[in-house]
Amino acid sequence: MLETPIVEATLQRALAGGGDFADVFVEDRASTSSTYDDGKVEEMRSSRSRGAGIRVVRGETTGFAHTSDISLEGLRAAADAAAAAAQAGGPGTKVAPLVERTSTRPHLIETLPETVSKAKKVEMMARADEAARAESGSITQVTSSYADSRRRILVANSDGVLATDDQVRTRFAVSCVASADTGLQTGSEAPGRTVGFEFFDEHPPEEIARIAAARAVSKLEARPAPSAKLPVVLRRGAGGVLFHEACGHGLEADLVSRDASVFAGKVGERVAGRGVTLVDDGTLARDWGACAIDDEGALAQRNVLIDDGILTDYMWDLLRARRDGRASSGNGRRETYQHLPMVRMTNTYITEGTEDPDEIIRQTPYGLYCVALGGGQVNTATGDFVFGITEAYMIEEGRITYPVRSAQLIGNGPDALRAVDAVGNDFETWTGMCGKDGQSVPVSAGQPTLRVAELTVGGTAA
Amino acid sequence: MSSKDLFEIARTIADAARPGEQLEAYVVRSRETEVKVFNGAVESLSVAEAAGIGVRVIADGRQGIASAGSLDADVITETLADARDNATYGAPDAGYGLAEPRDVEGVPAPDLDLWRDDVLGTPTAEKVALAIAADRAVLAADARIRGVESTDYGDAALEMAMVASTGVSATMARTMSSVGTSAMAGERDATQTGYGFDVRRSFGELDVERAATMAAERATRLLGATQPSGQRLPVIFDPMVTASVLSLIGSALNGEAVLRGRSMFADRLGEIVGAGSVTIVDDPTNPDAFGASPFDGEGVRTRANTLVRDGRLERFLHNLYTARRAGAQTTGSAVRSYASTPGVGARALHFLPGTKSPAEVMASVPEALYLQSVSGLHSGTNPVSGDFSVGAEGLMVRNGQFAEPVREVTVASTLPRMLLDIVEIGSDLTWLPGGTAGVTLLVSEMTMAGA
Repeated sequence: MLETPIVEATLQRALAGGGDFADVFVEDRASTSSTYDDGKVEEMRSSRSRGAGIRVVRGETTGFAHTSDISLEGLRAAADAAAAAAQAGGPGTKVAPLVERTSTRPHLIETLPETVSKAKKVEMMARADEAARAESGSITQVTSSYADSRRRILVANSDGVLATDDQVRTRFAVSCVASADTGLQTGSEAPGRTVGFEFFDEHPPEEIARIAAARAVSKLEARPAPSAKLPVVLRRGAGGVLFHEACGHGLEADLVSRDASVFAGKVGERVAGRGVTLVDDGTLARDWGACAIDDEGALAQRNVLIDDGILTDYMWDLLRARRDGRASSGNGRRETYQHLPMVRMTNTYITEGTEDPDEIIRQTPYGLYCVALGGGQVNTATGDFVFGITEAYMIEEGRITYPVRSAQLIGNGPDALRAVDAVGNDFETWTGMCGKDGQSVPVSAGQPTLRVAELTVGGTAA
Repeated sequence: MSSKDLFEIARTIADAARPGEQLEAYVVRSRETEVKVFNGAVESLSVAEAAGIGVRVIADGRQGIASAGSLDADVITETLADARDNATYGAPDAGYGLAEPRDVEGVPAPDLDLWRDDVLGTPTAEKVALAIAADRAVLAADARIRGVESTDYGDAALEMAMVASTGVSATMARTMSSVGTSAMAGERDATQTGYGFDVRRSFGELDVERAATMAAERATRLLGATQPSGQRLPVIFDPMVTASVLSLIGSALNGEAVLRGRSMFADRLGEIVGAGSVTIVDDPTNPDAFGASPFDGEGVRTRANTLVRDGRLERFLHNLYTARRAGAQTTGSAVRSYASTPGVGARALHFLPGTKSPAEVMASVPEALYLQSVSGLHSGTNPVSGDFSVGAEGLMVRNGQFAEPVREVTVASTLPRMLLDIVEIGSDLTWLPGGTAGVTLLVSEMTMAGA
């Protein structure tokens, strides 16, 4: 993407007036997306962006500047701006000779989306549209969308690190509206993978469409959700977002170091029941948050955060790790070259247990069975979280009985972790975009079917 | 590069339109400063200038768009070629078409002065000093504040120019600066947080004390919060909560959502959808609104649109496309980024304020739940089905006074029900970033779930 001498010159320039550390992040991103609505292509979009972000660290202060001009002159101007912002002063810092870090991609990309015709992409959306409408006569509206992106990055820093990655992602979403006397209901499904067009071998458009349509249709019969504290069984994949929100964010070292996490100072302590192991794993092949390197050039790795209920470690980016005299855990990520990196999750999941998922339901006399959840949110300082139920059923006498309408689940992260009392032997992940401080990055979250002994369900039924 | 240069770039592209082709270029430039303060010292300082271009092509009734985060000549050429290629894959639709001169006639151009030179003119060191002062002010505001999660200063100066080959063009420039801080009160195992901010068009007007006091007060008044037992009760919405809920309601008053069958109001024009005191207006010509703009994303002049008048649904927001499809007129409500085709959205949505102060609204019921902040608004509410369920924290209100704080509750109803159940709208209209204004609201009954 850039010649090594240019990168080296930029780093030297950034530290010429002082400073402890500098890095250059170069990104070239191209994406295509399209929306298919009402039986036709509504829009075909493409976009391109290319630029570099330069960071200079002096003491506790980080200066940052970015530019879309990646010529030597453009980079030099950005380096000067970042150095000025860091208020760097004093003798210059030496830049270590750049040595390329060899990274192993978690998997190979089979078919680059840019080599697939737009017509073929349109065909996938048409197939989904047809399948969704065929699912039920009550489906009145179908929107399907296709998106691919290719993000090539180069990271170099004054410690001598030089690393590159080529990240290809494909996502497909179907959203349906079903209509009946009971009103309108929506259902959607939106899997994404860090793969090329082979995505559709794993997720045929018809299958995604049928899930979305069935979800909307099932809710036509839904009754109001209860307003009560209940045992909640989370189907495999569906509850990953709960642990992402309720625990994952509180284990990010930046929040921990600000004393803004309920998990601060608790390494080595029991924070969850036996059988609960929480992992963040950037190397989880093909998953939505997978990468070879993070956006600071650290190799992606598998980090065990909670081991059989005991808190073992937090997630780290480069700056927090340097201050603590340890290595980054490969969790320094940024949305684009225009953003500063910070501690972010990749693919976060609870590992599978031993129980039969069906048996977990049978052993629940009364409770809620969640099949799909929308987004969620957490206050890391208090641990309080919420997340929306988008498909759920009541469990009565160990059997799934009727669907319930959308409602909010609410709880407290540490409490919910301790309340996990059954962990299944199945596993699935969920695709999402995680927002933090205004930056959005692709992540996945996963879990086996499991039961939380008690969560508050905020419906309107008595 | 000046605003004039942006306009010239847009005009050059629009001038390249081939016979039978409509071409539109939308060019933006933003300059931003962001300061993050932690522990009284600068944690990071970002200085950024970014520019981008979106090119929209309509040919043979088909539409395509391409965008780039660069204004380099070679990139622009490539973007135009991509847009033309993308258009060949779109389905033909008679509704596509750029704004024509006749679309922009008849409505006077609002005279809006949305630019303050001091946002770009103030030295960065002064912005840093303001952020540090805000961080310290939070700690000084109350002895029970044990820390500040973060204090951020941010400003942006945005310039836009668009030219369509049909002869319509528009330019706009605006500034904004803000300071926000998140206070942490109490001991670690009983921490409560509170957010405070101040946002202005100019740097000079920023009120650090206001942000700090707000954050400290909102954090400390939640100390000792417990989870109450569930019940149905009247609920008072903090202005910030009202603004978020109003933005959801706005997404259902959107002609695009209506056209796609994704609005709970779709078939209800002319019907009563709210209490008699409810009037909802989107007025981007109000310079106090942070979303104010003289033009919309298609170059059409903005105007005040009353959507709900005295409880009756009167109008949906439209851009040119949704208006043509619905047999209506554009309301000048096209919103877009340079990378997207025009959508529909509110810029300055608000409830027409009432006459009671927030204290008078609180005193108007014997007991209520005051919603200080809600979470999960987008996951727990649905502007299609109208379901509404959010996580909340706040305080009980008795006899017009704040009583014990509560946390870890959910509050549920449906959006249509809530609009009908509004019994008081306060006089405290507060403009917020994000296209809406807040005001204190009293809703007669909602379901609170707790212990």
